[in-house]
Amino acid sequence: MKVIIIGSGKTLYFLCRNFTSKGYKVVLINNDRNECEQLARKLSAMVICGDGSNVEILEEAGARSATALLAITPNDQDNLIICQLASLKYGIPRVVALANDPDNADVFEKLGISAFSLTHIVSSLIEQRASLEQIVNLFPVGEGKVNVTEIILNSDSPVVGKQLKDITLPENSLIAVVIRNNQPIVPRGANDLQIADKVVLITLPENHGQVLKAITGEKDRKNLE
Amino acid sequence: MSSHRYIVIVGCGRLGSYLANQLSRNGNSVVIIDIDESSFCHLSPEFSGFRVEGDATQVAVLHGAKIKQADVLIATTHEDNANMMIGQVAKKVFGVKKVLTRVFDPKHEEILKKLDIEVICPTAAAATMFLQAVDRKDTSEKEAQL
Repeated sequence: MKVIIIGSGKTLYFLCRNFTSKGYKVVLINNDRNECEQLARKLSAMVICGDGSNVEILEEAGARSATALLAITPNDQDNLIICQLASLKYGIPRVVALANDPDNADVFEKLGISAFSLTHIVSSLIEQRASLEQIVNLFPVGEGKVNVTEIILNSDSPVVGKQLKDITLPENSLIAVVIRNNQPIVPRGANDLQIADKVVLITLPENHGQVLKAITGEKDRKNLE
Repeated sequence: MSSHRYIVIVGCGRLGSYLANQLSRNGNSVVIIDIDESSFCHLSPEFSGFRVEGDATQVAVLHGAKIKQADVLIATTHEDNANMMIGQVAKKVFGVKKVLTRVFDPKHEEILKKLDIEVICPTAAAATMFLQAVDRKDTSEKEAQL
């Protein structure tokens, strides 16, 4: 798998390190000569100095044979055009743009480019973690249309001691996995829930609050306000 | 030329301000957007439109210029990528009917065709005129020799 990343700074460095350690072939494009030299010294990746929206630079980076491209520069206009070139001109199958302005995440999707906003991700993480201490993990999937939440049950939870078939959850939600003593269980109706169980929930943004309320009980919801 | 159109121009440099002055004088409602307030000094006293200071690659700034009501958008910043993005956003997100985009690099032409945005490339336009002028000179020299 060959990944091209266009950007700068620590995000670029650590992403590249992460990908190379997984055995991917990584090509970096950065337009600052000093930073390029540093990156080339520290990383086992090919580094190209230049403008990532320049077709000659993209070709030098081997855009024709790349499987994925990530544009994470601080300029949304560059990220969009780089991704459009990558997908329309070179047919790179997986192309993702960073939207620095969170409003642009929507705009990019409308223009046919997958996008993510760090502001969205970080703020949703912080809001969720701050509101419920029991939540240990939350991440959006399907472009933010679905939430996957990991939650630890405590004695306040009204679902503790109940069998799954007796728990009524709002529509379009699911208890996907229960982790008990580090053992994952894909639960069925006859499984019960116990204190200290880690429960992995699938919810939609619309019913997320109601599902959490049903699982954790009314008391914890007060912390939200 | 029909006047009284609502025209949004992005970039108040030499080209943007020239167009803004002309279009405003011809009776259009013009809004000009530039990231740097000092650029508005290029506008003539006859310019009767609105000035919006901000980065037009942010949707909020385009909203502030009431882009939804615009009949025409012209993107003339000094950055090709910004113009290409603003042009696409105006056309595909806000449904502006006529969108004109300045792009310096002729190499972007192929991708722009696929993106279906109307482009004016000053480099290509100037090159055509130069080439014509070169040819013209050749013929007049020949005529002089005859």
